[in-house]
Amino acid sequence: MTDVMHAEGGATARRERKAISESLFAWLLVGPAMIFIAVIVAWPLAETIRLSFMEAGLGGEKFVGLANYEDLAGSRRFHQTIVRTFYWMFLSVALKLVLGLIGATLLNAAIPGRALFRVLVMPPWVIPIAIGCIGWLWLYNGYFGVLSGVMMHLGITDGPFEFLAHKQSAFYSAIATDVWVGVPMVTLFFLAAMQGVSRDLYEAAWVDGAGRWYRFRRITIPQIMPVIVSMSLLSAIFTFNSFEIIWILTEGGPRGATTTLIVDTYKTAIGNYKFGEGSARAVIIVLLLGLFSLAYLFFLNKVNKKYGVK
Amino acid sequence: MMDRYTKLQLVGIYACLAIFLTFILLPFFEMFMASLRPLEHLFRSPYQFWSDDFSFDAYKQMWVTVPLLGRYIFNSIYISFMVTGLTMIFVVPAAYAYARLDFPFKNLSLGIFLGVNMFTGAVLLIPLYRVLRTMGLLNSYWAMIVPGVAFLIPTGIWLLRSYLEKIPRELEEAAFVDGASRLYTLRRVVLPLAVPGLIVVGVAVFIGAYAQQFLFAITFNQTRELQPLPAGLYEFIGYQSVTWNEMMAAALVGVLPVMVIFLFLQKYLVAGLTAGAVKE
Repeated sequence: MTDVMHAEGGATARRERKAISESLFAWLLVGPAMIFIAVIVAWPLAETIRLSFMEAGLGGEKFVGLANYEDLAGSRRFHQTIVRTFYWMFLSVALKLVLGLIGATLLNAAIPGRALFRVLVMPPWVIPIAIGCIGWLWLYNGYFGVLSGVMMHLGITDGPFEFLAHKQSAFYSAIATDVWVGVPMVTLFFLAAMQGVSRDLYEAAWVDGAGRWYRFRRITIPQIMPVIVSMSLLSAIFTFNSFEIIWILTEGGPRGATTTLIVDTYKTAIGNYKFGEGSARAVIIVLLLGLFSLAYLFFLNKVNKKYGVK
Repeated sequence: MMDRYTKLQLVGIYACLAIFLTFILLPFFEMFMASLRPLEHLFRSPYQFWSDDFSFDAYKQMWVTVPLLGRYIFNSIYISFMVTGLTMIFVVPAAYAYARLDFPFKNLSLGIFLGVNMFTGAVLLIPLYRVLRTMGLLNSYWAMIVPGVAFLIPTGIWLLRSYLEKIPRELEEAAFVDGASRLYTLRRVVLPLAVPGLIVVGVAVFIGAYAQQFLFAITFNQTRELQPLPAGLYEFIGYQSVTWNEMMAAALVGVLPVMVIFLFLQKYLVAGLTAGAVKE
């Protein structure tokens, strides 16, 4: 590369050659990662799209055109699954953001012991999701779990209450676990963003007599808005794709009450060996997430403009 | 002065923190309690808050019930380390290119990387299974490592890029002026300065790899000796009666090594992981 610097000739030619060598160098650096992703993600994705036009199983493949999609379009159960998935996502993300904001504010308070508290928030994030879920499985157990136990002792329920056996309670229990898995990361990012807010702003407001709540609303929230928006997109994608939690807790049951799109796709493709129908569902997930992300990026742009971030 | 709290406020803050941390830590506490109770007392109903016969027997017995337990714990950590190492090999050069260089399709290709973040393996399992089969990687460590790497590369690039952007360009320019090549500059100027960032991204990737091995393990690997802990724990289920106390003990002991590593690194992690999220 040094030869570029010694190159003779007009300044333009030199700059051009430098640009070319820079591009080449850049692609040499990015290339390996690109190729890896292409083989492990892009190719399977293309395969998924192809399979979605097939009737495919263990036996073989047969082209059926749009039949898989037509089936889905006409299926009331599938419509319900989509609605359930978005409900699942919005509720869970909202809870993660609210709890994360509260948690970060608490951990940001100048109180003794906060270094310890900050560490104590992290375990759910650091351990394998599947292991956390085993813990929750135990908590939700009607006979031996502490939640049902406390409810019985308090007289809220007469007998054991199986959290995962009823449609409603299973759904909200799964959300609670999903929130539990997601909250630590959201909290830590919010906390870091809060620590990045200049103290001068708070001091100026404080001198002017602004109370805590006012400072929180008018300084903290606007200042960390870009982080709130990007964390909500990230959590939305995680939550939409959340598979292990539901699979371990309920396998999508009881009677489909916790079957989100991703669980439905897995059940169809892996559980019932209907590769074509499963792939059509996968493609719909990709499309929905793509649309969702585009809308979000648009929104993020607006927010960044409003709050003056580049 | 501004940060002074009244007594009442302090009590309020601690109370809220207590509730928040109870939610976070309750599953761990209950797992620990369950691991201490003898099996027949575990299944007492209604629930008893206190048993009179706590013991650490499960921590001994679990190694007998699931003889491969030690192996599973090792596998988990081994797979995560391999994933982390490989991911970093791909991520470091790419992140540097995105942070420093100008090249055609820069934004488009970065967008593609980030787009990968939108998928989980669960959507692509069937074709992924075929790809791994074609490469002859099924039922080996690689069956769990390779997809893990692919899905962590985008996050790694994203995090490291924002970290590298904070290293002042002047240092590199000085090296250029002295006639150093790009590769030399990357190796001798940028990388040493980026060490804290590399640690952070490395730990973040490790956590990602450690947290999400379950799905790939149960789908792409049938070899028992190679299973990571989350998949291996399922062996406790499937005997005549589930030995819950041993399973909980195994789960807690299994995550202990990583917890200890994490405790030492958490300071860097929190500071650096969030550096990309914070404005200067």
